[in-house]
Amino acid sequence: MAEAVSPTTSEKSKAPRIGVYICHCGTNIAGSVDISAVEEYARTLPNVAHVDNYQYMCSTPGQGKIEESIKEKGLTGVVVAACSPRLHEPTFRTATKEGGLNPFRFEMANIREQNSWVHMHDREGATEKAKDAIRIAVAKASLLEDLYPKSVPVEHAAMVVGAGVAGMQAALDLANAGIKTYLIEKAPTIGGRMSQLDKTFPTLDCSQCILTPKMVDVGRNENIELMVNSEVEEVEGYIGNFDVTIRRKASGVLSPKEAEARGIVGGGCTGCGDCVPVCPVTKPNPFEMGMAPRKAIYIYHPQVVPLLYTIDWDSCVKCGLCVEACGEKKAIDLEMQDELVKVKVGTVILATGYELFPIENKEEWGYKRYENVITSLEFERLICASGPTGGHLVRPSDGTTPMRIAFVLCAGSRDNTGIGKPYCSRFCCMYSLKHAHQIIEKIPGAVPYLFYMDIRSFGKAYEEFYYRIQDEGAKFIRGRVSNIQEDPKTKNLYVYAEDTLLGRPMELEVDMVVLAAAVQPTDLTNKTRKLFGVSCSQDGWLLEAHPKLNPCGTTTAGVYLAGACQGPKDIPDAVAQAEGAASAASIPIHKGEVELEPYYAMCIEEKCAGCGMCVNLCPYSALSLVEKDGRTVMQVTEAKCKGCGTCGGFCPGGAIWMNHFATPQILAQIDAFLIGGEQ
Amino acid sequence: MAENPEGWQPRILAIICNWCSYAGADLAGGARIQYPPDVRAIRVMCTGRVDPLFIMKAFTDGADSVLVSGCHFGDCHYLEGNYKAAKRMFLVKSLLKNIGLDDRRLRMTFVSASEGAKWAKVIEDVVNVTRELGPSPFNREFGELKELV
Ligand SMILES: Cc1cc2nc3c(=O)[nH]c(=O)nc-3n(C[C@H](O)[C@H](O)[C@H](O)COP(=O)(O)OP(=O)(O)OC[C@H]3O[C@@H](n4cnc5c(N)ncnc54)[C@H](O)[C@@H]3O)c2cc1C
Ligand code: SF4
Ligand code: SF4
Ligand code: FES
Repeated sequence: MAEAVSPTTSEKSKAPRIGVYICHCGTNIAGSVDISAVEEYARTLPNVAHVDNYQYMCSTPGQGKIEESIKEKGLTGVVVAACSPRLHEPTFRTATKEGGLNPFRFEMANIREQNSWVHMHDREGATEKAKDAIRIAVAKASLLEDLYPKSVPVEHAAMVVGAGVAGMQAALDLANAGIKTYLIEKAPTIGGRMSQLDKTFPTLDCSQCILTPKMVDVGRNENIELMVNSEVEEVEGYIGNFDVTIRRKASGVLSPKEAEARGIVGGGCTGCGDCVPVCPVTKPNPFEMGMAPRKAIYIYHPQVVPLLYTIDWDSCVKCGLCVEACGEKKAIDLEMQDELVKVKVGTVILATGYELFPIENKEEWGYKRYENVITSLEFERLICASGPTGGHLVRPSDGTTPMRIAFVLCAGSRDNTGIGKPYCSRFCCMYSLKHAHQIIEKIPGAVPYLFYMDIRSFGKAYEEFYYRIQDEGAKFIRGRVSNIQEDPKTKNLYVYAEDTLLGRPMELEVDMVVLAAAVQPTDLTNKTRKLFGVSCSQDGWLLEAHPKLNPCGTTTAGVYLAGACQGPKDIPDAVAQAEGAASAASIPIHKGEVELEPYYAMCIEEKCAGCGMCVNLCPYSALSLVEKDGRTVMQVTEAKCKGCGTCGGFCPGGAIWMNHFATPQILAQIDAFLIGGEQ
Repeated sequence: MAENPEGWQPRILAIICNWCSYAGADLAGGARIQYPPDVRAIRVMCTGRVDPLFIMKAFTDGADSVLVSGCHFGDCHYLEGNYKAAKRMFLVKSLLKNIGLDDRRLRMTFVSASEGAKWAKVIEDVVNVTRELGPSPFNREFGELKELV
């Protein structure tokens, strides 16, 4: 039989006296569980010294009941049968502490999320299950021990991964709150998707005009250390002390600072662009969605921050002409290698954004087969004055101005065929209205046709914007586009749909089609989230700690979310969440210390055979073998242990004591469920 | 399906990890997805914590089935606890066969924090399979070998 007390408990604890408190949660629990039957039952359980029930245990009077009865009845442990411990464990731990007990002498029986709410039509089944849950919890509470969370200092620095508008805002907020902030961006410039947009709904301000000042602020903020061309490579540690390794990809170009570090006085890239005309290699520019050329040495666009050229190694032929052109500045190093940089931060914000769903997968719309079918992002570049056509919307097939333009909304969104995405991409309705407006404004006589399922204009001043575009003469056709065919001669397109308001199929000849493609999280986001132990939803969007009450947090303490990486979000929402995340991420830093859950492993040395099997199992290298009194035994480095219990689940000799999830405690739960508690 | 003894209700133990399956189960609750009430869940931080001893103890205590549920591979909050747990499940399954238990009575599933509907489906499945198999031979009230335990 396993040891019933932990290796650090010196005296045998006194006989358990457990208080059980059953919550009605209004009718949430009481509606499906017979509270008085459960209460009567709880009184019959071994070790139970007090039973009570209340409408809302989490309320002040509810918590007061716990505090009072601990003192009055001399309780040694507390069981609250209520909602999920993932919601209110902290609340009741505090109450337990207020009552004078160690907060870890508390156990919760989940009789709401995992009982009353899922057995709403089986009162008898739910009531029996609640009784069992309480019996199991009492068994564990009877064996719980005092535990003391460790306080660890928090590094006075933060990291933001992804420098779109969300990441930039989060970094600025943190930096302005006096926190050293590392801003990690995989691209050669900050700005993200927003820098590709022409105008922004519903106010129609120019996207670059409102973004560039922010980019400049980020670039010159003393507290922000900007790392472009960079990705997170490795993460170790935990809240307060994340050790993050960043891979700085070789850009081939030295900043003035880097040049100085190499002893090149007055050198480094000044952004003059002298290298560009001499470079013999031409490639499509991804910033312009491939619709404009760039050289192997390039910048995305003139407003980039930092203003440094970058070499695309996949296309560079290493001819060295740019090195010559650069001359005395000596900014170009064709042999530059990737660099691994280690930084230590207290908290982290992920703001890795989104990408367009590859809409060519929806073959019926002919993207990439028909030249005049383009995506909404391509439209943004074509209508943008600084874009490849100087803001003249033209047909890719022949350079003429399109006069009839069809917009396919929900392209790949709200799509349950298995090829698209089941969710709403949230900003496509609004930007398609914006696109319709831009066409009417820029091309006299041109007509936008919007094929929609329903227009979702939910934000502030959005519905008004919708009416405005209707008044301006945009045509709205309610129906999904089933098929698009190209006339091979004219390259015009025939759009087929069912007009569901008129209830008849329709065909429309247009000059151009714009697909408001669904958005999706990127592969790199998926890789990065795994490094930080952050979960994702079924669709791959990063998962918040709680959809309503903790929308910026994640289940990894110290890691927060901002912007569209958590789900499609327009700019106002992305920025709002970024400010929330920055505020949340700054709290532990300003507090200066955090408490870690004391769930670490301990070695029961008398039982340890020194076999070392556990040592290799630990994903955090927290275990080692040491010599002690002439024997080999395992030793735990508490600061490294995260408390997963993988070692404890394996040790053949039962020599590992997992705090709060110790073998005797779990076996007692199992026995309590199946044989009522007595051995 | 063989006729099950009257009055028998499956007694099923679930050991589930805090970060994914427990959260998924909570989500099923939030969404009011209904499923049968025959499973009792014990929370551990990670399925890596699941000692084969726990499972064997549950069966010798008369459990009709045991469900272990954690994060998807690659999503374990502690990187790889679920791989280690999954490996151990093979071992336990062969032990079960050795003592004459149908190894379908032990199941490991992967339910993420966003898969409330999947959790409900898993429970339904486990309950159905258990009903199909009938009471465990070691079931304290209805098992053929109840005198042994
Ligand atoms: C066609 C179109 C038109 C739009 N029009 C409007 C509009 O008018 N008004 C409006 O409010 N919204 C509009 N939007 C939505 C807008 O683009 C988003 O709200 C906004 O870009 C979200 O910002 P973000 O910072 O969350 O993500 P992003 O802009 O995607 O930025 C993410 C950044 O993170 C970087 N990154 C990603 N992964 C990593 C990694 N692992 N490591 C390091 N860096 C990484 C990326 O390179 C990028 O710079 C439009 C969207 C589209 C597609
Ligand atoms: S070395 Fe590379 S980047 Fe420089 S000019 Fe030649 S091809 Fe272009
Ligand atoms: S519980 Fe064991 S395996 Fe898990 S982190 Fe701690 S020492 Fe490592
Ligand atoms: S935390 Fe869920 S399986 Fe490891």
